[in-house]
Amino acid sequence: MRKKSNIKEQKENVKLSPKNIKKIAWLARIKLQKKEIDLFTNQLNDILAYFAKIDEVNVENIPPAYHVLEIVNVLRKDEVKPSLEQTFQTVPQTKGRFVKAPKMT
Amino acid sequence: MSKYLELSAYEIVEKIKTHELIVEDYIASLNDRIRKMEEKIHAYITLTKELALKKAREIDKKIKKGKKVGRLCGVGIAIKDNMCTKGIKTTCASHMLDFFIPPYDATVVKRIEDEDSIMIGKTNMDEFAMGSSTEHSYFGPTHNPWDLGRVPGGSSGGSAAAVASSMATLALGSDTGGSIRCPASFCSTVGLKPTYGLVSRYGLIAYANSLEQIGPITKDVRDCALLLSCIAGHDPLDSTSVDTPKKDYLDFLIDDVDGVKIGIPCEFFGEGTQEPVEKSVWNAISKLEELGAKYEEFSFESLHYALPAYYIIAMSESSSNLARYDGLRYGYRVPNKSYDWNTVFSKNRRLGFGFEVKRRIILGTFALSAGYYDEYYLKAQKIRTIIKRDFEKAYKKFDILIGPTLPVLPFKIGEKINDPLEMYMCDVDTVPANLTGLPSISIPCGFSKGLPIGLQIIAPPFREDLLVQVAFTYQKNSNYKVKTL
Amino acid sequence: MSMVKSSEIKIGLEVHCQLTNLMTKLFCSCSSDYRREDPNTYICPICMGVPGTLPVLNEKALEDATMVAIALNSDISERMLFFRKNYFYPDMPKNFQISQYDKAGGVPFSLGGYVQINKKKIRIRRIQIEEDPGKLIYEGTIESSAYTLVDYNRANIALIEIVTEPDIRSPKEARKFLEKLRSILEHLGVSDGSLEGSMRCDANVSLKGGRRVEIKNISSFKEVERALNFEITRQKKFMEGGLVIGQETRHWDEVRRITISLRSKEEEEDYRYFPEPDLVPIKISKEYLEDIKLRMPELPDDRTKRFMKQYNLLLQNAEILTRNKKIADFFEECLKLYKNPRELSNWLIGELLPYLHNKNKELEEIRFTPKHIVDLLKFIDDGTINRKMAKSILQEILSTRKMPYVIIKEKGLKKILDKKYVIKNVEKVIKDNPKAVEDSLVDEKAIHYLMGQLMILTKGKIDPKIADEILRKRLQLVKNRL
Repeated sequence: MRKKSNIKEQKENVKLSPKNIKKIAWLARIKLQKKEIDLFTNQLNDILAYFAKIDEVNVENIPPAYHVLEIVNVLRKDEVKPSLEQTFQTVPQTKGRFVKAPKMT
Repeated sequence: MSKYLELSAYEIVEKIKTHELIVEDYIASLNDRIRKMEEKIHAYITLTKELALKKAREIDKKIKKGKKVGRLCGVGIAIKDNMCTKGIKTTCASHMLDFFIPPYDATVVKRIEDEDSIMIGKTNMDEFAMGSSTEHSYFGPTHNPWDLGRVPGGSSGGSAAAVASSMATLALGSDTGGSIRCPASFCSTVGLKPTYGLVSRYGLIAYANSLEQIGPITKDVRDCALLLSCIAGHDPLDSTSVDTPKKDYLDFLIDDVDGVKIGIPCEFFGEGTQEPVEKSVWNAISKLEELGAKYEEFSFESLHYALPAYYIIAMSESSSNLARYDGLRYGYRVPNKSYDWNTVFSKNRRLGFGFEVKRRIILGTFALSAGYYDEYYLKAQKIRTIIKRDFEKAYKKFDILIGPTLPVLPFKIGEKINDPLEMYMCDVDTVPANLTGLPSISIPCGFSKGLPIGLQIIAPPFREDLLVQVAFTYQKNSNYKVKTL
Repeated sequence: MSMVKSSEIKIGLEVHCQLTNLMTKLFCSCSSDYRREDPNTYICPICMGVPGTLPVLNEKALEDATMVAIALNSDISERMLFFRKNYFYPDMPKNFQISQYDKAGGVPFSLGGYVQINKKKIRIRRIQIEEDPGKLIYEGTIESSAYTLVDYNRANIALIEIVTEPDIRSPKEARKFLEKLRSILEHLGVSDGSLEGSMRCDANVSLKGGRRVEIKNISSFKEVERALNFEITRQKKFMEGGLVIGQETRHWDEVRRITISLRSKEEEEDYRYFPEPDLVPIKISKEYLEDIKLRMPELPDDRTKRFMKQYNLLLQNAEILTRNKKIADFFEECLKLYKNPRELSNWLIGELLPYLHNKNKELEEIRFTPKHIVDLLKFIDDGTINRKMAKSILQEILSTRKMPYVIIKEKGLKKILDKKYVIKNVEKVIKDNPKAVEDSLVDEKAIHYLMGQLMILTKGKIDPKIADEILRKRLQLVKNRL
């Protein structure tokens, strides 16, 4: 197990401010209320402080394990299968055959 | 309790085939049991009692006519509510999917239906499978049948509780970081997470797609082998499903562990492991040694980093997997006012998701964001490689690795809910198998003051046969037998 | 305002081409033939992003992408991943797009390459495979519409994204590049550029001293030149006014023909790219590449060379014909019925192409067949009509689709071949113009005069060659008599 020997090499623990959290929430399109942001600020920072544990590990020259399996080249034949009519039935708001979305601006 | 409910699935199928058991009667007794127990336990979100009886009658007719029937013929099965069942509400225990009726069946659901099983209902879970206690459900928590004031484990708590309390004979759960094994352990049932790629994920509503698998939760190892044999196998609809020859895991119900080399990582008994758990697990290891296995403790250092790596990866993937829930094509949507789409999406998601889900999405979004991707997501994936390689090294020396499923006994409802980090720590022993895709089983190995303890066995890739054999041997030879309430 | 020198302009293009010849979508088996269907007809749980569904890659999409990369001289990556590009938009069923990426351990489908236009090579930066989003429709304009209508028929259609280096130096060059690219893709048989929305383009343009401006929402190649011309003019004006062009994204408004600033509320979108866990890596083996190479169809440049050799065409004309595959195919179809390629090429280039250009139509739209032109040319060859007549007849064929013989008959244009008729009129002209006849014995101009008179007399209906022949013979007889 390779560990970083020099403590100085470890980065500063990241701390999220309420402003950061608001920005991230926007990226995730979740409109958090003030009390949620306040609650999360502490909790998330605690969790991030725990995550900082991974700083100890030296990952030089280690490739990421994006896929645990060795499978490659899974392909599908270019043959039409009937479309599923029922797929449209879950849509909450429609106009004719269209999905009705809110306005753009 | 009706005598039927004491039977295992395997026994039920036998008795049905030999005409000793009428399916309708058996299903009626399950429904009856649910009437008595469900209010206290709350294992189910949706019950399909009438459909179940209807199918029971059909199978009875089939048997009478001497027609061929499937391997799960007539058995009542509970399905975790994150697997799509066509025409039947599938909620993931979330307000977001409160009224979602899937237009298709998950592959696994089709397979068990083809084997003539009978769905009893959809079980409660942590919302979107994010949790270890089934307390994060929009519909309220499930109660541990062994102690109603305690959690059944999560996120497949409903499934485990249903089997443990005989409200179903079999159940399906899903395991992303321990979500089958944890409730199996807390409810004293058997739970198996297959090798990644063995069971199709098509129709499993995704939480963290590089980590999760569907697996059986059962009364005993034989039922586990039976159900696993029915659901495993290549699915062309799932690009990550492997194309290997099908195994019948019932073939591995062999009472023999002679010469099996067991590795015991000391890290599995780290700080935070409760004494009764440690004691129980070591008793089980001793038992196996008695039966001819050999064990050796060793240091598996990289396991220290499994939990943070797991959570970073899981949260990152979930933040993307749950992006589709914007209320446009399905799911919760705020009553229509004249807001623009950004506002509508943001409101739908705030109101549709619970706290834990929101927490994980925020952290996951952060871990993938510009400037942090390398430090968090990418680094976690590299640690994953290190852990994977260390397991490969270990398996050169050992046949299987053993440890506790959880470091703790089932805790009280509400005890950890306000401390997310403490809750996450429960997964410390289970996440390595998810990170590496390895198969892992949890079997009951004792009680402490009436609370169940689980033993975890981890095998090399696609060696579920080993898991079945060792677990079966242990069950056959231990004083402790699987109890159901 | 001073003219902008080409050396001051840098244009890069991001072209999105649908693989229209695929029967199904990129990751699901829905039909890809959505254009004439009702909205949300060709949808399934996978392309609608219904929870629990998983993508599986279309094998033919991989083949098509390989052919495109080979044709564009691009280096195909040996091992590649798909990535998720995460952002929210109503046309995105999953609120992420499965695409490819060239950072964070990702490699696109291929890197590098070029497209040759005349003597210049426009370099390709990368090529990648990705899925198309759905379509958004507004009631009125995007700003005034009270709601948005979404059609997911197009969602998950296979796209190839081709990104160029900023080697392009003028809007005209951009158009030429796109024409060539379209021709290459059509010759490969992977994409039909005449289908609505099958080829879209974002453009990046900067002038010397200014930053890069991205123009989005250019719906067709034809609009690209217009949009770029507008933008370059706009930027130049700004700079001359002393203002600095900052990096920004603008939207091309096709109706008003202007670019509008897309000032977003927040900072630049963060796409949080990471590898798609539901798709396994793709490995392209040498054998696979060789197999595709063997099956590659003829590309425009090779076809140009062949046209020059086989049909004895000039380079310029050969190039014009192969610029559009359907025209080149049409040309060769005609040659099955007609054996004079040079003549045919002149007519197609001189008459057909300008017609299509002016009317802004594709060949299929006017339903012009080989027989339409071949019959006409045969009528010229056998003397039924002359060239001048043929030109006007052709215009009528192009707009009415009537066959040549029908038009000739209707207009009574059939050249009067009857020699007796010609002789009769020749004699009249000779009789009526004695001075000219006398002059004609020594002066060629007088013969022309006589021809003129003859044409007037016969209202141009006789074939000049025959008339000339007969006139000269008669004049010779006159000469001999003297």
